Amino acid sequence: MREATSLSNSGLEWLAADGPSSDVVLSTRVRLARNLESHRFALRSDEAEREAIFASAREAAERTRSLREGTVLAMRRLAEPTRRILLERHLVSKELVGDGEREPPAFSGLFLAGDDSLGIMVNEEDHLRLQSLVSGFRLREAWRRVDGLDEELGMHLRYAFHPEFGYLTSCPTNVGTGLRASVLVHLPALVLTQEIGKVLQGITQVGLTFRGLYGEGSEVVGNFFQISNQTTLGKTEEDLIDHLQKIVQQVVTYEQQARNVLLRDARTVIEDKVWRAYGLLRYARSISFEEVMNLLSGVRLGLGLKLLPRVRVYTLNQIMIFTQSAHLEKLAGASLSAGDADSYRASYIRRLLATEEAPDHEGNSQ
Amino acid sequence: MRCDSCGKSDAVIQLTQVENNEMRVLHLCASCAADRGVETETQQVNEPLADFLAQIGKGAGEGPAKGRCPACGLTASQLRQTGRLGCGVCYTHYDDHLRSLLRRLHGGSKHVGKMILPADPEDSDRTARILSLRRSLQKAVDAEDFEHAASLRDELRRLNTPDQ
Ligand SMILES: [Zn+2]
Ligand SMILES: [Zn+2]
Repeated sequence: MREATSLSNSGLEWLAADGPSSDVVLSTRVRLARNLESHRFALRSDEAEREAIFASAREAAERTRSLREGTVLAMRRLAEPTRRILLERHLVSKELVGDGEREPPAFSGLFLAGDDSLGIMVNEEDHLRLQSLVSGFRLREAWRRVDGLDEELGMHLRYAFHPEFGYLTSCPTNVGTGLRASVLVHLPALVLTQEIGKVLQGITQVGLTFRGLYGEGSEVVGNFFQISNQTTLGKTEEDLIDHLQKIVQQVVTYEQQARNVLLRDARTVIEDKVWRAYGLLRYARSISFEEVMNLLSGVRLGLGLKLLPRVRVYTLNQIMIFTQSAHLEKLAGASLSAGDADSYRASYIRRLLATEEAPDHEGNSQ
Repeated sequence: MRCDSCGKSDAVIQLTQVENNEMRVLHLCASCAADRGVETETQQVNEPLADFLAQIGKGAGEGPAKGRCPACGLTASQLRQTGRLGCGVCYTHYDDHLRSLLRRLHGGSKHVGKMILPADPEDSDRTARILSLRRSLQKAVDAEDFEHAASLRDELRRLNTPDQ
Protein backbone atom coordinates (compact mmCIF):
# COMPACT_ATOMS: atom_id res chain seq x y z
CA MET A 1 0.00 0.00 0.00
CA ARG A 2 1.11 3.50 -0.74
CA GLU A 3 0.84 6.30 1.77
CA ALA A 4 -0.95 9.39 0.49
CA THR A 5 -1.77 12.82 1.85
CA SER A 6 -4.16 13.84 -0.89
CA LEU A 7 -6.65 12.01 -3.04
CA SER A 8 -7.78 12.25 -6.60
CA ASN A 9 -11.15 10.81 -7.35
CA SER A 10 -10.91 7.86 -5.00
CA GLY A 11 -14.10 6.39 -3.72
CA LEU A 12 -16.38 8.04 -6.23
CA GLU A 13 -17.24 4.95 -8.26
CA TRP A 14 -20.72 4.95 -6.78
CA LEU A 15 -21.48 8.22 -8.59
CA ALA A 16 -21.74 6.17 -11.77
CA ALA A 17 -25.37 5.54 -10.90
CA ASP A 18 -25.35 2.39 -12.98
CA GLY A 19 -26.73 0.00 -10.42
CA PRO A 20 -30.19 -1.56 -10.42
CA SER A 21 -33.11 0.72 -9.43
CA SER A 22 -30.80 3.71 -9.74
CA ASP A 23 -33.78 5.98 -10.36
CA VAL A 24 -34.69 5.47 -6.68
CA VAL A 25 -31.60 3.99 -5.03
CA LEU A 26 -28.46 6.12 -4.99
CA SER A 27 -26.01 3.83 -3.30
CA THR A 28 -25.54 0.75 -1.17
CA ARG A 29 -23.12 0.42 1.70
CA VAL A 30 -22.14 -2.58 3.79
CA ARG A 31 -19.78 -2.36 6.73
CA LEU A 32 -18.38 -4.88 9.17
CA ALA A 33 -17.12 -3.90 12.63
CA ARG A 34 -14.09 -5.89 13.81
CA ASN A 35 -11.79 -5.62 16.81
CA LEU A 36 -8.47 -7.26 17.50
CA GLU A 37 -8.18 -9.73 20.32
CA SER A 38 -5.88 -8.73 23.18
CA HIS A 39 -6.28 -5.01 22.55
CA ARG A 40 -8.65 -2.73 24.40
CA PHE A 41 -11.42 -1.06 22.39
CA ALA A 42 -10.97 2.49 21.16
CA LEU A 43 -12.27 4.38 24.18
CA ARG A 44 -9.95 2.53 26.57
CA SER A 45 -6.81 2.31 24.44
CA ASP A 46 -3.79 4.59 24.76
CA GLU A 47 -1.63 5.91 21.92
CA ALA A 48 0.90 3.07 22.04
CA GLU A 49 -1.89 0.53 21.75
CA ARG A 50 -3.55 2.42 18.90
CA GLU A 51 -0.22 2.58 17.09
CA ALA A 52 0.15 -1.21 17.44
CA ILE A 53 -3.40 -1.73 16.14
CA PHE A 54 -2.72 0.51 13.15
CA ALA A 55 0.50 -1.39 12.38
CA SER A 56 -1.15 -4.84 12.61
CA ALA A 57 -4.07 -3.70 10.48
CA ARG A 58 -1.73 -2.29 7.86
CA GLU A 59 0.40 -5.41 7.78
CA ALA A 60 -2.68 -7.59 7.31
CA ALA A 61 -4.13 -5.28 4.67
CA GLU A 62 -0.86 -5.45 2.70
CA ARG A 63 -1.48 -9.15 2.35
CA THR A 64 -4.96 -8.86 0.85
CA ARG A 65 -5.58 -8.86 -2.87
CA SER A 66 -7.92 -5.87 -2.81
CA LEU A 67 -5.85 -3.52 -0.64
CA ARG A 68 -2.29 -4.50 -1.58
CA GLU A 69 -2.27 -1.87 -4.34
CA GLY A 70 -4.34 0.57 -2.34
CA THR A 71 -3.78 3.74 -0.38
CA VAL A 72 -3.12 4.49 3.28
CA LEU A 73 -4.47 7.78 4.58
CA ALA A 74 -3.31 8.59 8.11
CA MET A 75 -5.84 11.09 9.41
CA ARG A 76 -3.48 13.22 11.45
CA ARG A 77 -1.15 13.64 8.48
CA LEU A 78 -3.92 14.98 6.28
CA ALA A 79 -4.66 18.66 5.91
CA GLU A 80 -8.03 19.66 7.27
CA PRO A 81 -9.62 20.31 3.82
CA THR A 82 -8.59 16.83 2.67
CA ARG A 83 -10.24 15.28 5.70
CA ARG A 84 -13.42 17.23 4.96
CA ILE A 85 -13.36 15.93 1.40
CA LEU A 86 -13.21 12.35 2.69
CA LEU A 87 -16.19 13.11 4.89
CA GLU A 88 -18.15 14.69 2.05
CA ARG A 89 -17.55 11.56 -0.02
CA HIS A 90 -18.99 9.46 2.81
CA LEU A 91 -15.73 7.50 3.00
CA VAL A 92 -15.10 8.25 6.65
CA SER A 93 -17.18 9.11 9.68
CA LYS A 94 -17.17 12.40 11.57
CA GLU A 95 -15.52 10.56 14.46
CA LEU A 96 -12.60 9.53 12.28
CA VAL A 97 -11.79 12.96 10.85
CA GLY A 98 -12.40 14.86 14.07
CA ASP A 99 -15.10 17.46 14.22
CA GLY A 100 -14.48 21.16 13.97
CA GLU A 101 -11.62 22.09 16.26
CA ARG A 102 -10.96 18.58 17.51
CA GLU A 103 -8.05 16.65 16.05
CA PRO A 104 -8.69 13.19 14.55
CA PRO A 105 -8.13 10.34 17.04
CA ALA A 106 -4.50 9.17 17.31
CA PHE A 107 -3.49 6.65 14.63
CA SER A 108 -6.85 6.76 12.94
CA GLY A 109 -6.75 6.12 9.25
CA LEU A 110 -8.41 4.93 6.08
CA PHE A 111 -7.15 2.14 3.85
CA LEU A 112 -8.67 2.45 0.42
CA ALA A 113 -8.57 -0.07 -2.42
CA GLY A 114 -7.25 1.32 -5.67
CA ASP A 115 -9.84 0.15 -8.13
CA ASP A 116 -13.13 0.05 -6.27
CA SER A 117 -14.93 1.52 -3.30
CA LEU A 118 -13.69 -0.90 -0.70
CA GLY A 119 -11.93 0.30 2.40
CA ILE A 120 -11.15 0.01 6.08
CA MET A 121 -11.48 2.69 8.71
CA VAL A 122 -8.86 2.06 11.37
CA ASN A 123 -9.11 3.09 15.02
CA GLU A 124 -12.58 4.48 14.76
CA GLU A 125 -15.03 3.35 17.44
CA ASP A 126 -13.97 -0.18 16.55
CA HIS A 127 -10.43 -1.12 15.59
CA LEU A 128 -11.53 -1.94 12.06
CA ARG A 129 -14.57 -0.96 10.09
CA LEU A 130 -14.53 -2.69 6.72
CA GLN A 131 -16.81 -1.04 4.21
CA SER A 132 -17.96 -1.29 0.66
CA LEU A 133 -19.84 1.48 -1.11
CA VAL A 134 -21.37 0.85 -4.53
CA SER A 135 -23.83 2.68 -6.74
CA GLY A 136 -27.44 1.60 -7.08
CA PHE A 137 -29.20 -1.21 -5.26
CA ARG A 138 -26.52 -3.90 -4.97
CA LEU A 139 -26.60 -5.26 -1.45
CA ARG A 140 -25.34 -8.74 -2.28
CA GLU A 141 -22.44 -7.42 -4.30
CA ALA A 142 -21.41 -4.96 -1.57
CA TRP A 143 -21.68 -7.78 0.97
CA ARG A 144 -19.60 -10.15 -1.14
CA ARG A 145 -16.80 -7.60 -1.40
CA VAL A 146 -16.67 -6.86 2.30
CA ASP A 147 -17.01 -10.54 3.16
CA GLY A 148 -14.08 -11.40 0.89
CA LEU A 149 -11.90 -8.75 2.48
CA ASP A 150 -12.93 -9.96 5.94
CA GLU A 151 -11.99 -13.54 5.03
CA GLU A 152 -8.55 -12.45 3.89
CA LEU A 153 -7.90 -10.22 6.89
CA GLY A 154 -9.12 -12.97 9.19
CA MET A 155 -6.27 -15.18 8.02
CA HIS A 156 -3.74 -12.71 9.41
CA LEU A 157 -5.48 -11.06 12.33
CA ARG A 158 -6.92 -12.52 15.50
CA TYR A 159 -10.34 -10.95 15.91
CA ALA A 160 -12.08 -10.48 19.26
CA PHE A 161 -14.72 -13.21 19.07
CA HIS A 162 -17.01 -14.76 21.67
CA PRO A 163 -18.62 -18.17 21.03
CA GLU A 164 -22.03 -16.90 22.13
CA PHE A 165 -21.96 -13.19 21.23
CA GLY A 166 -19.94 -13.44 18.02
CA TYR A 167 -17.68 -10.60 16.87
CA LEU A 168 -17.20 -8.25 19.79
CA THR A 169 -17.66 -4.53 19.29
CA SER A 170 -17.25 -1.44 21.38
CA CYS A 171 -20.99 -0.78 21.33
CA PRO A 172 -23.40 -3.64 22.12
CA THR A 173 -25.69 -2.50 19.28
CA ASN A 174 -23.12 -3.79 16.75
CA VAL A 175 -22.10 -7.08 18.34
CA GLY A 176 -22.56 -10.48 16.65
CA THR A 177 -22.14 -10.07 12.93
CA GLY A 178 -20.89 -6.48 13.26
CA LEU A 179 -22.82 -5.93 10.04
CA ARG A 180 -24.53 -2.71 9.10
CA ALA A 181 -25.99 -2.61 5.61
CA SER A 182 -27.55 0.62 4.37
CA VAL A 183 -29.32 1.69 1.24
CA LEU A 184 -29.63 5.36 0.36
CA VAL A 185 -32.99 5.99 -1.30
CA HIS A 186 -34.64 9.02 -2.85
CA LEU A 187 -38.36 9.07 -2.08
CA PRO A 188 -39.82 12.36 -3.35
CA ALA A 189 -43.13 10.91 -4.50
CA LEU A 190 -43.82 9.25 -1.16
CA VAL A 191 -43.08 12.58 0.51
CA LEU A 192 -45.31 14.52 -1.92
CA THR A 193 -48.18 12.07 -1.55
CA GLN A 194 -47.64 12.11 2.24
CA GLU A 195 -47.31 8.36 2.38
CA ILE A 196 -43.77 8.54 3.72
CA GLY A 197 -44.68 8.47 7.42
CA LYS A 198 -46.56 5.22 7.01
CA VAL A 199 -43.82 3.61 4.95
CA LEU A 200 -41.06 4.58 7.36
CA GLN A 201 -43.08 3.50 10.35
CA GLY A 202 -43.50 0.13 8.67
CA ILE A 203 -39.75 -0.09 8.26
CA THR A 204 -39.13 0.30 11.98
CA GLN A 205 -41.60 -2.48 12.71
CA VAL A 206 -39.61 -5.06 10.78
CA GLY A 207 -36.26 -4.63 12.50
CA LEU A 208 -34.91 -1.91 10.23
CA THR A 209 -34.08 1.69 10.94
CA PHE A 210 -33.87 4.84 8.85
CA ARG A 211 -32.61 8.36 9.04
CA GLY A 212 -32.81 11.43 6.87
CA LEU A 213 -29.69 12.25 4.91
CA TYR A 214 -27.92 15.05 6.66
CA GLY A 215 -26.58 17.98 4.76
CA GLU A 216 -23.93 20.23 6.17
CA GLY A 217 -24.41 21.03 9.82
CA SER A 218 -27.43 19.50 11.48
CA GLU A 219 -29.84 20.26 8.66
CA VAL A 220 -31.87 17.50 7.15
CA VAL A 221 -32.21 17.56 3.41
CA GLY A 222 -35.63 16.47 2.27
CA ASN A 223 -36.46 13.30 0.39
CA PHE A 224 -33.25 11.31 0.94
CA PHE A 225 -33.39 8.47 3.41
CA GLN A 226 -30.92 5.87 4.52
CA ILE A 227 -32.47 2.52 5.42
CA SER A 228 -30.37 0.05 7.47
CA ASN A 229 -30.64 -3.10 9.50
CA GLN A 230 -31.18 -2.33 13.16
CA THR A 231 -30.09 -5.65 14.66
CA THR A 232 -26.77 -7.41 14.17
CA LEU A 233 -27.05 -10.50 16.38
CA GLY A 234 -29.06 -13.73 16.17
CA LYS A 235 -29.28 -13.84 12.37
CA THR A 236 -26.74 -14.76 9.73
CA GLU A 237 -25.21 -12.04 7.59
CA GLU A 238 -27.04 -13.42 4.57
CA ASP A 239 -30.38 -13.29 6.38
CA LEU A 240 -29.80 -9.69 7.44
CA ILE A 241 -28.88 -8.74 3.88
CA ASP A 242 -31.81 -10.62 2.33
CA HIS A 243 -34.28 -9.08 4.74
CA LEU A 244 -33.07 -5.55 3.98
CA GLN A 245 -33.08 -6.38 0.27
CA LYS A 246 -36.69 -7.51 0.42
CA ILE A 247 -37.96 -4.52 2.39
CA VAL A 248 -36.08 -1.90 0.37
CA GLN A 249 -37.35 -3.55 -2.81
CA GLN A 250 -40.85 -3.01 -1.44
CA VAL A 251 -40.11 0.64 -0.62
CA VAL A 252 -38.80 1.12 -4.16
CA THR A 253 -42.04 -0.34 -5.50
CA TYR A 254 -44.13 1.99 -3.30
CA GLU A 255 -42.12 4.96 -4.50
CA GLN A 256 -42.61 3.95 -8.13
CA GLN A 257 -46.34 3.53 -7.55
CA ALA A 258 -46.51 6.96 -5.93
CA ARG A 259 -44.65 8.42 -8.93
CA ASN A 260 -47.20 6.89 -11.27
CA VAL A 261 -50.02 8.36 -9.20
CA LEU A 262 -48.42 11.81 -9.38
CA LEU A 263 -47.96 11.51 -13.11
CA ARG A 264 -51.56 10.39 -13.60
CA ASP A 265 -53.27 12.85 -11.24
CA ALA A 266 -51.01 15.88 -11.24
CA ARG A 267 -48.91 15.73 -14.36
CA THR A 268 -48.85 19.47 -15.03
CA VAL A 269 -47.98 20.30 -11.45
CA ILE A 270 -45.14 17.77 -11.41
CA GLU A 271 -43.84 18.78 -14.81
CA ASP A 272 -43.82 22.40 -13.74
CA LYS A 273 -42.07 21.58 -10.48
CA VAL A 274 -39.40 19.52 -12.21
CA TRP A 275 -38.66 22.10 -14.90
CA ARG A 276 -38.57 24.94 -12.40
CA ALA A 277 -36.08 23.01 -10.31
CA TYR A 278 -34.01 22.44 -13.44
CA GLY A 279 -34.34 26.08 -14.47
CA LEU A 280 -33.08 27.32 -11.12
CA LEU A 281 -30.10 24.96 -11.15
CA ARG A 282 -29.34 25.80 -14.76
CA TYR A 283 -29.44 29.59 -14.43
CA ALA A 284 -29.07 30.65 -10.79
CA ARG A 285 -26.18 32.99 -10.00
CA SER A 286 -25.89 32.21 -6.31
CA ILE A 287 -27.12 29.12 -4.54
CA SER A 288 -26.65 27.39 -1.17
CA PHE A 289 -25.85 23.69 -0.87
CA GLU A 290 -29.16 23.01 0.88
CA GLU A 291 -31.09 24.60 -1.98
CA VAL A 292 -29.06 22.58 -4.48
CA MET A 293 -29.96 19.36 -2.67
CA ASN A 294 -33.64 20.18 -2.73
CA LEU A 295 -33.60 21.21 -6.39
CA LEU A 296 -31.63 18.08 -7.27
CA SER A 297 -34.44 16.11 -5.70
CA GLY A 298 -36.91 17.70 -8.13
CA VAL A 299 -34.64 17.15 -11.14
CA ARG A 300 -33.92 13.56 -10.09
CA LEU A 301 -37.65 12.95 -9.91
CA GLY A 302 -37.98 14.44 -13.39
CA LEU A 303 -35.37 12.03 -14.71
CA GLY A 304 -37.10 9.07 -13.11
CA LEU A 305 -40.39 10.11 -14.73
CA LYS A 306 -38.63 10.76 -18.06
CA LEU A 307 -39.79 14.36 -18.03
CA LEU A 308 -36.27 15.73 -18.46
CA PRO A 309 -34.58 14.21 -21.47
CA ARG A 310 -31.07 15.61 -21.33
CA VAL A 311 -29.62 15.23 -17.88
CA ARG A 312 -27.95 12.09 -16.59
CA VAL A 313 -28.18 10.78 -13.04
CA TYR A 314 -24.39 10.73 -13.03
CA THR A 315 -24.32 14.49 -13.43
CA LEU A 316 -26.76 14.96 -10.58
CA ASN A 317 -24.63 12.77 -8.32
CA GLN A 318 -21.58 14.72 -9.38
CA ILE A 319 -23.28 18.00 -8.46
CA MET A 320 -24.35 16.54 -5.13
CA ILE A 321 -20.77 15.69 -4.13
CA PHE A 322 -18.75 18.43 -5.78
CA THR A 323 -20.82 21.39 -4.61
CA GLN A 324 -20.22 20.65 -0.93
CA SER A 325 -17.95 23.23 0.62
CA ALA A 326 -14.64 21.32 0.84
CA HIS A 327 -14.97 20.02 -2.72
CA LEU A 328 -15.88 23.47 -3.96
CA GLU A 329 -12.83 25.00 -2.29
CA LYS A 330 -10.66 22.35 -3.88
CA LEU A 331 -12.06 23.18 -7.32
CA ALA A 332 -11.61 26.90 -6.67
CA GLY A 333 -8.12 26.31 -5.29
CA ALA A 334 -8.85 28.68 -2.41
CA SER A 335 -10.98 28.93 0.68
CA LEU A 336 -14.26 30.66 -0.04
CA SER A 337 -16.47 32.91 2.05
CA ALA A 338 -20.11 31.81 2.28
CA GLY A 339 -21.17 34.33 -0.36
CA ASP A 340 -18.33 33.44 -2.72
CA ALA A 341 -19.07 29.75 -2.27
CA ASP A 342 -22.70 30.28 -3.28
CA SER A 343 -21.78 32.03 -6.51
CA TYR A 344 -18.93 29.63 -7.30
CA ARG A 345 -21.34 26.75 -6.73
CA ALA A 346 -23.91 28.25 -9.07
CA SER A 347 -21.38 28.77 -11.84
CA TYR A 348 -20.02 25.23 -11.46
CA ILE A 349 -23.53 23.81 -11.84
CA ARG A 350 -24.29 26.05 -14.82
CA ARG A 351 -21.15 24.83 -16.58
CA LEU A 352 -21.95 21.16 -15.95
CA LEU A 353 -25.54 21.44 -17.11
CA ALA A 354 -24.54 23.48 -20.17
CA THR A 355 -22.17 20.68 -21.22
CA GLU A 356 -25.01 18.26 -20.76
CA GLU A 357 -27.25 20.31 -23.05
CA ALA A 358 -24.67 20.54 -25.82
CA PRO A 359 -25.94 18.58 -28.86
CA ASP A 360 -22.57 16.89 -29.55
CA HIS A 361 -22.37 15.59 -26.02
CA GLU A 362 -20.81 12.12 -26.05
CA GLY A 363 -22.08 10.93 -22.73
CA ASN A 364 -18.70 10.16 -21.29
CA SER A 365 -18.46 10.48 -17.57
CA GLN A 366 -15.90 13.21 -17.10
CA MET B 1 -38.19 27.79 19.67
CA ARG B 2 -41.59 26.12 19.33
CA CYS B 3 -42.32 23.42 16.78
CA ASP B 4 -43.75 24.92 13.56
CA SER B 5 -46.13 22.02 13.15
CA CYS B 6 -47.78 21.37 16.52
CA GLY B 7 -46.78 24.62 18.21
CA LYS B 8 -46.50 22.79 21.52
CA SER B 9 -43.17 21.07 21.93
CA ASP B 10 -39.72 22.57 21.55
CA ALA B 11 -38.24 22.33 18.08
CA VAL B 12 -35.17 20.10 17.97
CA ILE B 13 -34.51 19.88 14.26
CA GLN B 14 -34.50 22.05 11.20
CA LEU B 15 -35.97 20.55 8.05
CA THR B 16 -35.61 22.11 4.62
CA GLN B 17 -38.27 21.22 2.10
CA VAL B 18 -39.11 22.39 -1.35
CA GLU B 19 -42.81 22.75 -1.88
CA ASN B 20 -44.37 24.52 -4.83
CA ASN B 21 -40.88 25.63 -5.74
CA GLU B 22 -40.47 27.53 -2.56
CA MET B 23 -37.93 26.52 -0.05
CA ARG B 24 -39.44 26.24 3.37
CA VAL B 25 -37.47 25.81 6.53
CA LEU B 26 -39.44 24.05 9.23
CA HIS B 27 -38.44 23.83 12.85
CA LEU B 28 -39.89 20.64 14.24
CA CYS B 29 -40.13 18.72 17.47
CA ALA B 30 -38.99 15.09 17.51
CA SER B 31 -42.46 13.63 17.05
CA CYS B 32 -43.53 15.95 14.21
CA ALA B 33 -40.15 15.32 12.57
CA ALA B 34 -40.82 11.59 12.83
CA ASP B 35 -44.19 12.10 11.08
CA ARG B 36 -42.26 13.55 8.17
CA GLY B 37 -39.86 10.67 8.15
CA VAL B 38 -36.99 12.44 9.81
CA GLU B 39 -35.42 10.79 12.76
CA THR B 40 -33.85 13.00 15.37
CA GLU B 41 -30.91 12.08 17.56
CA THR B 42 -32.93 9.98 20.00
CA GLN B 43 -33.36 6.58 18.46
CA GLN B 44 -35.52 3.83 19.87
CA VAL B 45 -32.44 1.68 20.28
CA ASN B 46 -31.19 3.94 23.03
CA GLU B 47 -34.04 3.00 25.31
CA PRO B 48 -33.03 -0.56 26.18
CA LEU B 49 -29.45 0.63 26.24
CA ALA B 50 -30.29 3.33 28.78
CA ASP B 51 -32.27 0.82 30.88
CA PHE B 52 -29.38 -1.55 30.80
CA LEU B 53 -26.87 1.09 31.73
CA ALA B 54 -29.01 2.18 34.65
CA GLN B 55 -29.13 -1.42 35.91
CA ILE B 56 -25.41 -2.07 35.86
CA GLY B 57 -23.89 -1.90 39.28
CA LYS B 58 -27.28 -2.09 40.94
CA GLY B 59 -27.36 -5.88 40.83
CA ALA B 60 -27.60 -7.78 44.11
CA GLY B 61 -24.28 -8.34 45.84
CA GLU B 62 -22.31 -6.40 43.28
CA GLY B 63 -19.49 -4.69 45.08
CA PRO B 64 -17.08 -2.26 43.49
CA ALA B 65 -14.51 -5.03 42.97
CA LYS B 66 -16.88 -7.06 40.80
CA GLY B 67 -17.81 -3.95 38.85
CA ARG B 68 -14.36 -3.67 37.31
CA CYS B 69 -13.30 -5.57 34.19
CA PRO B 70 -10.20 -7.61 35.11
CA ALA B 71 -8.58 -6.96 31.73
CA CYS B 72 -9.17 -3.30 30.95
CA GLY B 73 -10.34 -2.00 34.31
CA LEU B 74 -13.62 -0.58 33.00
CA THR B 75 -15.92 0.13 35.92
CA ALA B 76 -19.67 -0.20 35.97
CA SER B 77 -20.05 3.54 36.24
CA GLN B 78 -17.77 4.14 33.22
CA LEU B 79 -19.83 1.66 31.25
CA ARG B 80 -22.95 3.45 32.37
CA GLN B 81 -21.59 6.80 31.25
CA THR B 82 -20.36 5.79 27.81
CA GLY B 83 -22.56 2.87 26.83
CA ARG B 84 -19.41 1.29 25.41
CA LEU B 85 -17.51 -1.83 26.44
CA GLY B 86 -13.81 -1.46 27.14
CA CYS B 87 -12.44 -4.70 25.71
CA GLY B 88 -13.41 -8.22 24.70
CA VAL B 89 -13.16 -9.48 28.28
CA CYS B 90 -15.85 -6.97 29.33
CA TYR B 91 -18.32 -9.13 27.41
CA THR B 92 -17.54 -12.09 29.64
CA HIS B 93 -17.36 -10.00 32.78
CA TYR B 94 -20.74 -8.34 32.24
CA ASP B 95 -22.28 -11.28 30.40
CA ASP B 96 -25.39 -11.72 32.57
CA HIS B 97 -26.41 -8.12 32.13
CA LEU B 98 -25.43 -8.14 28.48
CA ARG B 99 -27.37 -11.27 27.64
CA SER B 100 -30.68 -9.70 28.57
CA LEU B 101 -29.75 -6.40 26.95
CA LEU B 102 -28.73 -8.12 23.73
CA ARG B 103 -31.99 -10.02 23.63
CA ARG B 104 -33.89 -6.78 23.86
CA LEU B 105 -31.69 -4.96 21.36
CA HIS B 106 -31.41 -7.73 18.79
CA GLY B 107 -34.17 -10.20 19.62
CA GLY B 108 -31.54 -12.84 20.39
CA SER B 109 -28.17 -13.23 22.08
CA LYS B 110 -26.71 -16.15 20.14
CA HIS B 111 -24.45 -15.37 17.22
CA VAL B 112 -25.18 -17.57 14.21
CA GLY B 113 -23.22 -15.74 11.54
CA LYS B 114 -19.63 -16.09 10.37
CA MET B 115 -17.16 -17.83 12.65
CA ILE B 116 -13.54 -16.83 13.02
CA LEU B 117 -10.75 -18.74 11.37
CA PRO B 118 -7.72 -19.74 13.38
CA ALA B 119 -5.04 -17.08 13.03
CA ASP B 120 -2.22 -19.59 13.24
CA PRO B 121 -0.87 -19.93 9.69
CA GLU B 122 0.86 -23.22 10.69
CA ASP B 123 -2.53 -24.79 11.16
CA SER B 124 -3.28 -25.12 7.48
CA ASP B 125 -5.10 -28.45 7.70
CA ARG B 126 -7.56 -27.07 10.14
CA THR B 127 -7.94 -23.88 8.12
CA ALA B 128 -8.70 -25.84 4.99
CA ARG B 129 -11.14 -28.03 6.89
CA ILE B 130 -12.94 -25.00 8.28
CA LEU B 131 -13.08 -23.31 4.88
CA SER B 132 -14.64 -26.33 3.30
CA LEU B 133 -17.07 -26.80 6.17
CA ARG B 134 -18.14 -23.21 5.81
CA ARG B 135 -18.73 -23.60 2.11
CA SER B 136 -20.84 -26.68 2.76
CA LEU B 137 -22.70 -24.85 5.48
CA GLN B 138 -23.50 -22.02 3.10
CA LYS B 139 -24.78 -24.45 0.52
CA ALA B 140 -26.90 -26.25 3.12
CA VAL B 141 -28.40 -22.95 4.24
CA ASP B 142 -29.05 -21.88 0.66
CA ALA B 143 -30.79 -25.19 0.03
CA GLU B 144 -32.73 -24.75 3.28
CA ASP B 145 -31.39 -28.03 4.54
CA PHE B 146 -31.37 -26.84 8.13
CA GLU B 147 -30.72 -30.18 9.76
CA HIS B 148 -27.53 -30.66 7.80
CA ALA B 149 -26.63 -27.02 8.39
CA ALA B 150 -27.01 -27.45 12.14
CA SER B 151 -24.64 -30.41 12.26
CA LEU B 152 -22.09 -28.56 10.11
CA ARG B 153 -22.38 -25.59 12.41
CA ASP B 154 -21.73 -27.80 15.45
CA GLU B 155 -18.65 -29.23 13.85
CA LEU B 156 -17.40 -25.76 12.96
CA ARG B 157 -17.94 -24.64 16.51
CA ARG B 158 -15.87 -27.59 17.77
CA LEU B 159 -13.06 -26.74 15.39
CA ASN B 160 -13.12 -23.10 16.40
CA THR B 161 -12.73 -23.87 20.10
CA PRO B 162 -9.06 -23.45 20.95
CA ASP B 163 -6.87 -26.33 22.22
CA GLN B 164 -8.72 -29.25 20.77
ZN1 LIG C 1 -44.36 19.26 16.97
ZN1 LIG D 1 -12.70 -4.90 29.66
